[in-house]
Amino acid sequence: MAGFRSTRPSDHVDSEEVTSPDIGFRGWLRWFWRQLTSMRTALFLLLLLAAAAVPGSIYPQRSADPNGVTLYFQTQPELAPWLDKLQFFDVYSSAWFSAIYILLFVSLIGCVVPRTLVHAKAMVSAPAAAPKTFARLKAKAKFEGSENTLDNAFTELKAARYRVVRNGTEVAAERGYIRETGNLVFHISLIGLLIAVAIGGGLSYSGQRVLIEGETLVNNLGSYDSFSPGTFFKKDSLTPFSLTLKKFEADFDLQQVNVGTPTDFRATVTSKLSVNGKPKNSVIRVNEPLELPGANVYLTGNGYAPVLTFRDASGNVSFSGPVVYLPQDANYTSLGVIKLPDASPKQFGVLSFFYPTVAKLQTGALTSAFPGNANPVITMSVYVGNLGLDNGVPSNVFSLAVHGLKQVAGGKKHPKIELTKEGETVQLPAGLGSVTWDSTKRYASLDVDYNPAQLWIFMFAMLALAGLITSLLVPRRRVWVRKVAGGFEVGALAKGDDARLEQVVEELKVKLAIKTPKKKAK
Amino acid sequence: MVPIKLDVALASLSLIFIYAAMAIYTISFLIFVFHIARATSEKKSIRDTSGGLQRAGFIVMGIGALAHGIGVTTRGISASRVPWANMYEFSISGSFLIVLIFMTALAVKEIRVIAAFVNAFALLVLGVATTTFYVQIKTLMPALQSYWLVIHVTVAVLATAFFNIAAALAVAYLLREWAWVQKSKNVLASLVRRVLKMFPDSAKLERLSYRFNVVGFILWSFTLIAGAIWAERAWHRYWGWDTKEVWTFIIWTIYAGYLHANATRGWSGKRSAWLSLVGFAAVLFNFTIVNLFFKGLHVYSGLK
Ligand code: HEM
Repeated sequence: MAGFRSTRPSDHVDSEEVTSPDIGFRGWLRWFWRQLTSMRTALFLLLLLAAAAVPGSIYPQRSADPNGVTLYFQTQPELAPWLDKLQFFDVYSSAWFSAIYILLFVSLIGCVVPRTLVHAKAMVSAPAAAPKTFARLKAKAKFEGSENTLDNAFTELKAARYRVVRNGTEVAAERGYIRETGNLVFHISLIGLLIAVAIGGGLSYSGQRVLIEGETLVNNLGSYDSFSPGTFFKKDSLTPFSLTLKKFEADFDLQQVNVGTPTDFRATVTSKLSVNGKPKNSVIRVNEPLELPGANVYLTGNGYAPVLTFRDASGNVSFSGPVVYLPQDANYTSLGVIKLPDASPKQFGVLSFFYPTVAKLQTGALTSAFPGNANPVITMSVYVGNLGLDNGVPSNVFSLAVHGLKQVAGGKKHPKIELTKEGETVQLPAGLGSVTWDSTKRYASLDVDYNPAQLWIFMFAMLALAGLITSLLVPRRRVWVRKVAGGFEVGALAKGDDARLEQVVEELKVKLAIKTPKKKAK
Repeated sequence: MVPIKLDVALASLSLIFIYAAMAIYTISFLIFVFHIARATSEKKSIRDTSGGLQRAGFIVMGIGALAHGIGVTTRGISASRVPWANMYEFSISGSFLIVLIFMTALAVKEIRVIAAFVNAFALLVLGVATTTFYVQIKTLMPALQSYWLVIHVTVAVLATAFFNIAAALAVAYLLREWAWVQKSKNVLASLVRRVLKMFPDSAKLERLSYRFNVVGFILWSFTLIAGAIWAERAWHRYWGWDTKEVWTFIIWTIYAGYLHANATRGWSGKRSAWLSLVGFAAVLFNFTIVNLFFKGLHVYSGLK
């Protein structure tokens, strides 16, 4: 089993024979370096990395699920700050996770560099001479031959694409150098991959924007709802382009077993690469981003944006425009918030629901039965009081803190406000005027992402895969044929797993024996 | 987009075939168990006549696989797409592939003895699939409408099949190497000992397990890359440490550790066999617990 277990090439610089360190600082340093670059350390670090990745799937992560983290802080106020200190909400950028993979990669470099040198030498040197005795080889055979046997062995092995040398009464051959090449390519590609990921992450940016039909997104910092730049991001990495959402369409399944499942989302957009550029029409779908020079635009969400107009008692417009309603369930029961700080006689806020296909629950409450805009209804709850918009504290446009406000419409105790068709106007209580539902638009949530290293990442991944396949599936083996007392013997040794080792020896034996005309093969 | 027609009647027929496959697998499993019982008998005369039973087992299992295959195919046709868009479908397709790969790999004589294990595993998966995972056919939501669903998931299922066979071989290997099984006079130990006689020797088991893991690992690496490419298209980033991505990475890293273990002195043999089992446990965990209880993008509740 030796051949199988010690799967590294035997000429690999083995760094595991480390016992007690030399004395002195440099001795310790050398000892430490050897430990770090040993196979056992690599193994240990790999398993440690796997284990360290687990908590990130248990606790919500800021990068993937920021709301989950907020929620966790609310539900576990005792535990959350401690977990936060231990970076359990940022596992993959945490000090401990980074430490493990950085150590792993340092170890990897320390491992790969000497191996590359050793391998480069092996590539240009002759196949190794046969061991003194074949006793310890697992694959071996004896046969009677003739004076041509060694010549035949030479041509035979050469034809099988071995590197062959003949030394006196012995033919030594080796094949599968590419196995080690593949292994090195694989490991080096991992380093390349990590560097590409790091650089790409630093130069990248990602901006989110909710775009209502008719609106235009201009690629500058001011036009994003949220924006996350990489460490090396500069403002001028934003390539100038503009994008107008012409139309958003959604298809939902109407079949009995499947009512309401979305089947397609389409955002029809026109893009321009400069102010006077030629507008280009395209359709963005969920799996089909729009690729612009310098950024890809992805469709990540959608919903309804009813166009509403609020007028005060004397008919002056205090608000008019589309309002983004956020879907709360799969049937697009959607919640919208409107704040009217400048309304007269007093400021008020509105919490509003939009039901694209309204239905009544048994409790009498409204709900939506289908995500399509088939029978839409808007309801509103109105709150008067200080909305707190002027005190400089930024507030979320999608939520209304009703605490401290006085409800005047909606709910059980107050007059209902229900708009049942577009064009309808309803009076608000308490002399607040009226609201008109003008029309209904749709919006698309778009994500604009730029990562210049993506192609590099892809290339390194492909290289790694190719290297891996080569390194795991191409057998590397040495074969020797030599003259011994009473005939010839053939022996073979594999470096790593080799399913065909015995078979190769057997076949070679048969071939060489057959080529001996007079004598019988054993 | 043209709305896809769902064929509910065909989906019901598909389920009937799956049930039929379960029934037939139960029979083949019993035959395999009976075969093991006879092949490990103390009496040589009984042992010598047990080969026919194993053959019969494979024929019955083959018929079961046929029903299984029809069940999977009709499920796909009924929804006009690949039959692996939810856990039920993934389970029936995955277990079918495992059986298929196993039946193909029977050319390698030494793995015949794990037939009972593979058979039982497929039966168990189908049992869980039909009782807990079953859902009506549905059209695909937009994020899943991609040829990457075909590529990414097929290869993931294939990898799982290879890891599964490797794990079965690793179990056999570990039993073989277990001192208690080797030496104890306990009835159970001697029974296990006799069963193990049917298996190839330890060295061969170890090597076979390694080879299946190697292929599994290559396929898993591909799954990971394909997943990243798809994620870039569908979720605007190639990697985001979503729970499913995390577990794909964990599994990949464990098996990378396994491969290293095989090249590390003192770590090949039993320890690496254990790693192979840890790896497969992570695969199963990823498919069951992570799919059902963890939160993440892969859990589709509808695009918000
Ligand atoms: C980023 C961390 C690493 C990963 C993901 C990794 C992964 C792998 C994989 C998948 C293999 C098997 C495929 C092949 O032979 O090419 C392998 C083999 C190997 N690795 Fe690594 N490795 C890492 C780090 C290291 C380090 C630090 C060392 C040096 C101590 C090392 C040395 C080796 C050797 C010598 C082999 C060949 C074993 C054989 O022939 O089967 N690796 N590695």
